[in-house]
Amino acid sequence: MMVEDAICSFCGCLCDDINVEVEENNVKRVRHACRLGSSKIMGHERIRSPMVRKDGELKEVSYQQAYERAAEILLAASKPLLYGWASTVCEAQKKGILLAEEVGGVLDSTATVCHGPSVIGIEEKGLPGATLGQVKNRADTIVFWGCNPAEAHPRHSLRYSSNACGRFTPEGRSAKRIIVVDVRETRTSKNADKQVIIQPGTDYEVISALRMLVAGKGDVVPDEVGGVAKKELASLAQMLLAAKFGAVFFGLGITHSRGRYKNIDNALSLVADLNSHTKFVIMPMRGHYNVGGIGQVLAWSSGYPMSVDFTRQAPYFNPGETAACDLLAKADTDAALIIAADPASNFPRKIVEELAKMPIIQIDPYENPTTLLADVVIPSAIAGVEAEGTAYRMDGLALRMRKLVNSSYPSDEEILDGILECVRSLRSAMRMQGGA
Amino acid sequence: MIIRGGIVYDPANGIFGEEMDICIDGGRIVEDAKGEVIDARGLLVMPGGVDAHTHIAGKKMNTGRIMRPDDSRLGTEPRSGVCRPSTGYTVPNCYAMGYRYARMGYTTAFEAATPIIEARHTHEELEEIPILDKGALTLFGNNWEVMECVHDKDIAKLAAYVAWGLRAARGYGIKIVNPGGGEAWGFGSNVKGLYDPVPNFDVTPAEIIHALAEANEMLRLPHSIHLHFNNLGKPGNYTTALETLEALKDIKPSRMRQAVHVTHMQFSAYGGTSWRDFESKASVIADYLNRHDHATMDMGQLLFGAATTMTADAPLEYGNARLTHNKWSNHDIELEESSGVVPMVYLRKMLVNAVQWAIGLELALLTEDPWKVLMTTDSPNGSPFVNYPEVIALLMSKPKRDSEMATLHAELSKRTSLGGIEREMDWSEIAIMTRAAPARILGLEDKGHLGLGADGDVSIYNLSPEEVDASKEHATVKKALATAKYTIKSGIVVCKDGEIIATPRGKTYWVDAAALQADMDRLMVDLRDKFERYYSVQMSNYAVQDVYVTNPKVIKAGLGAEPLKEVA
Repeated sequence: MMVEDAICSFCGCLCDDINVEVEENNVKRVRHACRLGSSKIMGHERIRSPMVRKDGELKEVSYQQAYERAAEILLAASKPLLYGWASTVCEAQKKGILLAEEVGGVLDSTATVCHGPSVIGIEEKGLPGATLGQVKNRADTIVFWGCNPAEAHPRHSLRYSSNACGRFTPEGRSAKRIIVVDVRETRTSKNADKQVIIQPGTDYEVISALRMLVAGKGDVVPDEVGGVAKKELASLAQMLLAAKFGAVFFGLGITHSRGRYKNIDNALSLVADLNSHTKFVIMPMRGHYNVGGIGQVLAWSSGYPMSVDFTRQAPYFNPGETAACDLLAKADTDAALIIAADPASNFPRKIVEELAKMPIIQIDPYENPTTLLADVVIPSAIAGVEAEGTAYRMDGLALRMRKLVNSSYPSDEEILDGILECVRSLRSAMRMQGGA
Repeated sequence: MIIRGGIVYDPANGIFGEEMDICIDGGRIVEDAKGEVIDARGLLVMPGGVDAHTHIAGKKMNTGRIMRPDDSRLGTEPRSGVCRPSTGYTVPNCYAMGYRYARMGYTTAFEAATPIIEARHTHEELEEIPILDKGALTLFGNNWEVMECVHDKDIAKLAAYVAWGLRAARGYGIKIVNPGGGEAWGFGSNVKGLYDPVPNFDVTPAEIIHALAEANEMLRLPHSIHLHFNNLGKPGNYTTALETLEALKDIKPSRMRQAVHVTHMQFSAYGGTSWRDFESKASVIADYLNRHDHATMDMGQLLFGAATTMTADAPLEYGNARLTHNKWSNHDIELEESSGVVPMVYLRKMLVNAVQWAIGLELALLTEDPWKVLMTTDSPNGSPFVNYPEVIALLMSKPKRDSEMATLHAELSKRTSLGGIEREMDWSEIAIMTRAAPARILGLEDKGHLGLGADGDVSIYNLSPEEVDASKEHATVKKALATAKYTIKSGIVVCKDGEIIATPRGKTYWVDAAALQADMDRLMVDLRDKFERYYSVQMSNYAVQDVYVTNPKVIKAGLGAEPLKEVA
């Protein structure tokens, strides 16, 4: 059987033209996907059964037993952290938010160690953006700043950006000007018309210089900024101004270098400035396929897109205080539910050490370093392969992920439902005991 | 359920303040019923409120929330009882949308602008809004397929596309925003008027609007075209408004309703040549509506304080951002639209804002027939919907308007005629502007009235219309309207004295219109080409799936559909 137009559940590109050959409920071949996507869809060895740690070792248990243990941990905690959410579908995220409300926890997503600073930048300045199809049809000038889609989002250039053809871009790559700003040469910069190598940590200064040049105030720009000659920056500014439709894509090179959200604030301002002269849009290159989704679902449920503290019954948001790493750094959380993420690999070491001290519930199809720290491990169906659901592309477009094969594993949504049910019955049992 | 002894205002059925009982059974108004008795003796009773133009769901609302954590903090209410937590003032979270409308006695609200490709997101949010029945209008005014059909003068194919688009978006009707301007914004420009050609498409806004109105009537859609004019928000734009209305005079409605609904007219009734000599032209617009019957409008009232502007009129939002130096979000939508979001504060001390405030009121007060003008704030553009009671109190009380005007810029009286308007609306007129007329204008047969078979949506206010003098006691009126004594949705008490006690799931209206197969076949050739070459998604992943509309109310329309019965 061939599943046509399947949606890839790897990165924020959400390529939706994937053909998947399925035989006897196994994925045999994946067509059109990049190597990253196809390896995700093909899958690899799974966690076999739910497990609960006993005497230091993970022992296989039933799902119900795992849900009950998870509920006990969440209810015993005074401020549990519910973290991850980027590689699962919105239906699971909605359940997770409800669970966070009911147990009085903090819900945060992997954006906190990814495009979190971008979100804060957007809070300062707004986001002048577009759907990816708009870029495909119109952009004649594209800037990749601190990102490397050739390796991280391999089909981005062909489907949406540098090499895409559209209504007003029929000649594709040959009629476009591609600019890469980074601290080193990358595979993306090999496809560029102009490569600007800046000194690490100077994004803010370089953007400021460009803003001055765009505003016609080049006389205040020093001869060299961030290791780039003024002449070079002036020619870059000219390229931006000459665009009929320009697009800036940015990645972690700018969100997690010195300046952080201030870099994004400045980049957003540059794009707003450019719109006085021509048309320009900007977009973060989101990593996990539905990291956009958790931001959207959280925003419409709680008013805030990440790092939401529900311990006071009303949503409270203060990144720097309520983000996952902040809580862990201050030992301000005492249990964690980790879903569709691997903080043991991605958090700073000190933070992981703090995480290791507390009971951890992990929901994931696959074993990863976080499993080694977990006290309850609940294997799930792979969202977007074995379970349907909604995901938001990096430009905010919602798509429905198809189910490609059946699975004996419950979906993330079903697992969270199971835990929620146990939380409710455990709590009412505790109340009755208290009453007696 | 029996609602006993209320003073009922049900203008659609010719009831203007009569003491009577209302019975509800099986979620509908019936002759006789048993069960719960609600004591409404002497109290104001009206059908549940209907908002025909508001922004409550979708990408731009969420963009507003994400860029405005400052706003989300304003309306925080903890989770309690049957309620999830609430946040936000101008950009509330989904739960607050439902609770706050219900607290005011509203039971139906229509989201005003959704691009087809982003309709899935809109429905995800609509599904999360408790209590309310809702629907979403679909944007067609800057769509490539639309403009190509208009260019080819192929109204039949255009109608097929509208039917296909409404189905794909699970949408309710045709929304047109700054036609042609959104496409021009794709390369950073705008159209300057009704006859200014759209770059690259060789059509004019006038042609787009007229053709969509023709297609709308060919399909016998329950609602007319729903139009946001070109040049909105600019001094001197009343001429564009009049010109556009004139251009639609020949459209023959296929149902008992208007040929065009003009939305948030306040933003299109501006005189002057710049902000310096900015003045009201509301009287000219009202005069036109008094002399013609093909158009209706909603106020788009502006109130002082915080707002968040959000519209598919992207160039307007860029202008707002440059004017106020505020943060700016923009969102261009491939082949279909553009849009923007900018926070705003309207200030009493700012003459321009004061004139805008006056214009909305003038429009409503100078238009003789309340069936032609709906009470809205274009929430949250003019003000968030929670401030509707303030608008109603202003419409009902000349002393309130006078005392407000006394706090405003001295120059104001020269720029508007508001000070000289004596009219004070009565409860019948308010019931029309907030219930009966929005339902009729949208073509919702079961809404906005209390006749037999209507939806059992009723609001009861802690106010005796026979005893309270709304002119003098405007503070009492405002307070009573802000917190209904009872809000009843489909026969269930959802809100009592401001407390939400039940959160049933509402319906989502959408229109399934039939088009001729031959036209649909011709259309498919175009669409396949567009998906192949231009869209960034596959056609098979484009349309909203049924799973996103879990409680649909499908209105059939299209060729062969019966014309609507006239309500009342």
